[in-house]
Amino acid sequence: MTKLTKAEVEHIGKLANLDLTKDESERFCKELSEILDFVGKLSSVDTTQVSPLNNVTGKKNIFREDEVKASLSQKQALANAPSVYKGYFKIKAIFER
Amino acid sequence: MSDLNKLSLKEAISGIKEKKFSSRELLADTKKRIREVNSKLFSFISVNEMAERQFAEQGVLESRDKLSLRGIPFAVKEVLSTQDLKTTASSKILDNYIPPYEATVVRKLKEAGAIIIGKTNCDAFAFGASTENSGFGPTKNPWDLGRVPGGSSGGSAAAVAADECIFSLGTDTGGSIRQPASFCSISGLKPTYGACSRFGLLAMASSFDCPGPIGKSVEDCEIVFNLMKGKDGRDATSSEKDQKNPPSSRQPAGLRRASKIKIGLPKEFFTEGIDSEVKELVKEAAKTLEKSGFAIEDVSLPHTEYAIAVYYILVPSEISSNMARYDGNRFGHQRETFEDEVKRRIMLGTYTLSAGYFDEYYLKALKVRALIQKDYLEAFEKVDLILGPVSPTPPFKIGEMVSDPLKMYIADILTVSANLAGIPGLAFPCGFTKNNLPVGLQLLGPHFSEDLLFEVGKKYQNLTDFHKKKPNI
Repeated sequence: MTKLTKAEVEHIGKLANLDLTKDESERFCKELSEILDFVGKLSSVDTTQVSPLNNVTGKKNIFREDEVKASLSQKQALANAPSVYKGYFKIKAIFER
Repeated sequence: MSDLNKLSLKEAISGIKEKKFSSRELLADTKKRIREVNSKLFSFISVNEMAERQFAEQGVLESRDKLSLRGIPFAVKEVLSTQDLKTTASSKILDNYIPPYEATVVRKLKEAGAIIIGKTNCDAFAFGASTENSGFGPTKNPWDLGRVPGGSSGGSAAAVAADECIFSLGTDTGGSIRQPASFCSISGLKPTYGACSRFGLLAMASSFDCPGPIGKSVEDCEIVFNLMKGKDGRDATSSEKDQKNPPSSRQPAGLRRASKIKIGLPKEFFTEGIDSEVKELVKEAAKTLEKSGFAIEDVSLPHTEYAIAVYYILVPSEISSNMARYDGNRFGHQRETFEDEVKRRIMLGTYTLSAGYFDEYYLKALKVRALIQKDYLEAFEKVDLILGPVSPTPPFKIGEMVSDPLKMYIADILTVSANLAGIPGLAFPCGFTKNNLPVGLQLLGPHFSEDLLFEVGKKYQNLTDFHKKKPNI
């Protein structure tokens, strides 16, 4: 029986950049434990001789010509930004002064 | 003529060509229908106010009469980017997002002359099987307003079933085209992985996602698929059918016409957990096909019972990485705006990919994914196609499953394995329960076998008229 602790859930929330409310953390403890318990049934499948399937198409190394093509204008690229400063995305500081 | 919106795509194309009515009339009838029923169904999140103008602009093009879908109104799922038309993914985090570019599949249909009539509701970011996870409220099933239309492409399916468009686009990551098609008694194709470009599709699980058509008949889906498909320089996983590369491909259909086409019924798709009326109706459809010259055989897909577990490890893992882009800096709002199910899947995937758990969950699931694909490849050595139900139950009630996420996941049991294997699946109606609820079946085939799926599906729809029945709304 998988049982996620509240501390584990809060740690995952931090890794995922999600600010969880107290109520959410408690709910996810229960729900994620149940789901992990269910998917844990895979441990009973013998896969010692099996390679992982990373790609269902069997294709690899797809190349194309490296040509310059039309792209978005600066105006288009910034059109959905919540905050813009002199043609840049304006975001919260991530370094301390 | 009136009620032109009720026409199938094939009827609409020939009606316009033969000048029985104009595209303008077709567009007007369709918009009128949306005004009448959208408040009851909520299939559409937004209606394209520029549709008439776009049609008028198209009218001056020299080559307009050559456009195969000229003036045909179609609906587009909210997770497909439409240039200058709001694309919310049915999530509050993107409620103001207007894409500066177009998804390739949408562009191709517009270039063929089709007009976007509106954007359809779905589960937020396509995470769900009922549209109840939409940040803007659930879509209702046109056959019973108390029930779900299925999901995640529930709005696209309800819009086709209620004649609010001529056809629509959906996406299928674990059944999201086939299951709503089945719940709404219409037809839908989940193409071979890579057959249709994912460029401009708001990514859910990149090794699974497939855009595809939803229509009033199999023939309509075929017309749309043939315009959507093809290799795209902007999606490296997109590809054409070729003889060397697909992991499974039997001889081309023309070479084996001497013998009957063999259709396999996997015993794992008809177990105790599947509703008895659903099983009966699908078996009845198999009999109809048998009588008209197909050979029906029993087959086995032994790893079916593990498909849900594999899917709900791999898909949330890919989701957790794809959803990292929503940081509220370049578009959209902050991450706390995410709906519950979005947070739940990000959390799950972050856990299964995190240090110490990667081998136990993600790597293990990739290995069992290989076994599931192998099951199909082996089955296609014996039979040409596989037939089974789409959903273990008829459409369920709104609210019935929503409080139990695991139960909702298990409802995908019959659809996810096609996505795990990357093979195509065609869903179409095969009858109604005693309570008049739609039931659909799915035909699955080897990679790039869409033509054979269409051939069998069209034959079935020539023999039956379930796909012609309309909901009373």
